[in-house]
Amino acid sequence: METVLMKGNEALAEAAIRAGLKVYFGYPITPQNEVGEYLAKHLPPAGGTFLQAESEVAAINMVYGAAGAGVRTMTSSSGPGISLMQEGISYLAAAELPAVIVNMMRGGPGLGGIQPSQSDYFQATKGGGHGDYRLIVLAPSSVQELYDLTMLAFDLADHYRNPVMVLGDGLLGQMMESVTLKPYIPAFPLEEKTWATRGRKNREPNIINSLYLDPERLFSHNQKLFKKYQEIAEKEVRVEVINEEAEFFFVAYGSSARISLKVIELLKEKGINAGLIRPITLWPFPYTVIAEKVNQSKGFMVVEMSMGQMVEDVERAVKGQKPVYFYGTAGGIVPSPQKIFQRTLEILEGGQE
Amino acid sequence: MAEILARPESLTKVPFHYCPGCTHGIAHRLVAEVIDELGLAEKTIGVASVGCSVLAYDYFNLDMQQAAHGRAPAVATGIKRALPDRIVFTYQGDGDLASIGMGEIVHAAGRGENITVIFINNSIYGMTGGQMAPTTLMGQKTTTTPEGRTKDNGFPLKVSEMLATLDGVAYIARVALSDPGQVIKAKKAIKTAFTVQEKGLGFSMVEILSTCPTNWGLSPVNALKYVKETMTRYYPPGEFKKPEGEW
Repeated sequence: METVLMKGNEALAEAAIRAGLKVYFGYPITPQNEVGEYLAKHLPPAGGTFLQAESEVAAINMVYGAAGAGVRTMTSSSGPGISLMQEGISYLAAAELPAVIVNMMRGGPGLGGIQPSQSDYFQATKGGGHGDYRLIVLAPSSVQELYDLTMLAFDLADHYRNPVMVLGDGLLGQMMESVTLKPYIPAFPLEEKTWATRGRKNREPNIINSLYLDPERLFSHNQKLFKKYQEIAEKEVRVEVINEEAEFFFVAYGSSARISLKVIELLKEKGINAGLIRPITLWPFPYTVIAEKVNQSKGFMVVEMSMGQMVEDVERAVKGQKPVYFYGTAGGIVPSPQKIFQRTLEILEGGQE
Repeated sequence: MAEILARPESLTKVPFHYCPGCTHGIAHRLVAEVIDELGLAEKTIGVASVGCSVLAYDYFNLDMQQAAHGRAPAVATGIKRALPDRIVFTYQGDGDLASIGMGEIVHAAGRGENITVIFINNSIYGMTGGQMAPTTLMGQKTTTTPEGRTKDNGFPLKVSEMLATLDGVAYIARVALSDPGQVIKAKKAIKTAFTVQEKGLGFSMVEILSTCPTNWGLSPVNALKYVKETMTRYYPPGEFKKPEGEW
């Protein structure tokens, strides 16, 4: 297996090609432009099509059309562009179309900035668009994991017929690390998409639709979707726990998780046994894994590059049984391990609640 | 006994829900007849839009996708890029295509996207109850222009003329469903548009001047007269762009 030095955005694009991406649609926005640029160059020789859309609104609807036609398709963007895609994402979820959406988060709200952030957690995990629906949300924390999880994203999307979001941040997208270019091995058996609209040859017409004017039928569609979401929540939670026996746990994903690892090292020098719970799926969220650590942990420190979003899910898991602390930076500022270390030390040594 | 008139294969047996005197039914039938005659039914994917024709997927006996408001040309682009050897068409009203979806239609045309667009222009929002459309004529009364459209509401858009200026466009025609002669012309234009796509020549569109008796407050007969005598004065029928030479 080849190991190369690659930028995060390029590694995910390469993974998509190897996973059988057929058509990509996207609109330029920093800090994810390398995704589209890489695919413009490398997707056509691999037999696929790259198309620069006139807007994110058009891009996500092109994804809808291609997904409905039964091919592997994706788009990528960052905060403001992802906001524009929300209507289309709701339609994808409603029509049960498999597609991969990459969000390399930057600081917001509004036009915000172009530096890394994790401030789209709510948007990704709690809806974003209108109506009752769920996205499967994957949170890589290294360039290798960007590669691996992009491949998994296509498989989860097809298996559950649901849009999947790869939620990275500008730091991951822009940094270079070594990546082992593993061959693509499907995580699920790939079934024929008999529901796709490819022309009604030798069968009744297929229809891709999200309109149910009869409330009873819409309600049963809602129930069907939620049965699927329940199955995903039972089977697809992914989480990494470092230092299972710790007396205090950090909870962080993506770039913040890597920063937290450094803090854990600094605490160890002070004789404090801290660990990390790193959600890899943000939805479904690893509530149970966190709850299982409540007894042994003096508390939980949530680190995010936002003003505090995932912390609410950690609080839901901990249910007030132990203190949940939060350390966050926003606007494109990456939190410093030293400062988190100082804050944690104050809490633990000062008995501060 | 020889059958001289039958339901096109490309229509289902579901009865249309459209109002009496509405020409959506005729437009659906013409599209279905053309698809039958060209033998395209098994390789065609239609895209329904938002508006009165949102339920088009119930009526066309074809693979269909229902698109978000205004986004049918983007959805059609996605299908066509995924399956370039299939025939893809959108069926959109004037609010969908010329208001909220103006960006998508212009760029699909500009890219020369090899799709066919059936554009129903009845100069009003039908499904939401008769509000002003981007194609509402000057002076025309709607629920949001109760005294008639004035220049304060802006001027009606001539979409076919605008799109005909774009290099990616292969064929654009405007037809009017006002009498049997015009219906025959409309079918001919639709057939040309689908043939252009089959030959891979680029973007094709047929704008169909249609009735909305309910929201116009006219009888079906007078609505047809309105199309013929009033609408065609501002929106002249004709072919605005055709592929050059032999094709």
